[in-house]
Amino acid sequence: MNISVLQFPGSNCDQDAFQLFASGLGLPTRYVWHKDTRLGEADLVVLPGGFSYGDYLRCGAIARFSPVMGAVREYAGRGGLILGICNGFQILCEAGLLPGALIRNSSLEYRCMTCELAVEDAGPAFNPGTLGARIRLPIGHGEGNFRIDEAGRADLEANRQVILRYLDNPNGSLDGIAGVRSRAGNVFGMMPHPDRAFERFHPSRDGLSVARAVLASRFPDVIRKSA
Amino acid sequence: MKIRVFVTPKKNVLDPQGAAVGHALESLGLCGLKDSRVGKVVELNVDGPDTPQFRAQLDKLCRDLLSNPVIEDYHYEIAGH
Repeated sequence: MNISVLQFPGSNCDQDAFQLFASGLGLPTRYVWHKDTRLGEADLVVLPGGFSYGDYLRCGAIARFSPVMGAVREYAGRGGLILGICNGFQILCEAGLLPGALIRNSSLEYRCMTCELAVEDAGPAFNPGTLGARIRLPIGHGEGNFRIDEAGRADLEANRQVILRYLDNPNGSLDGIAGVRSRAGNVFGMMPHPDRAFERFHPSRDGLSVARAVLASRFPDVIRKSA
Repeated sequence: MKIRVFVTPKKNVLDPQGAAVGHALESLGLCGLKDSRVGKVVELNVDGPDTPQFRAQLDKLCRDLLSNPVIEDYHYEIAGH
């Protein structure tokens, strides 16, 4: 089991994401620089939070064209497991690896707080049975307002692609959507930070179960052993 | 040639920035405001002829990078050739 955490210029949650998997779950984890054109052996690729390329133009718009993203796209096409957190989620949407887009919070304010989230039934590994009906994770973003057109919204619901919803919508997201997965089920994206919810001093430790649920959607056995 | 690419939020997409600017304009006395939307202008200066091939390339760049077709529309003006 190898976890690869991508680093873009402006990523600032790369070490948090690294620690979530390395110390939180005890899994072999390494960094991959955005200029690398190969991912090497990876069982999960994590796109961390931050402000890649200064959020210029649109959040994630420029990172999407980083050299490593060619390998990420190819890896996703082979069914490789991917998790995008916050800015990582924005990059995956910009890259077309996840549906929808993230625009300015309806309040126009940067929101930094701990959110209550409803866990949706999004598959055998990611559902209220594996995670609990409600979890708490921190958010910290100015552009987390999830948007998608009517056809896309119907597709998300029909294919159970919504993974998390805010109970008290902090950013104006359509239907309170806080995270989605790809239709094939191998690409996950969320604005809340599981990488800020695993140490004893964090507001919750629900990030561990989220990380396990993402891994278990592809590797049920490995996770059972490490858990 | 000088190119100005205009990127605007799609008509049916919520524009929190445009709404906030609209409220400010009304508070400054603007009457009859029906809509306000905030987008961006990207100015490019490119050496070379304005050909159908160039326009096709420019459209692709507008779709892939300068705008996000999920939430934004674009159009451009080309001058000085």
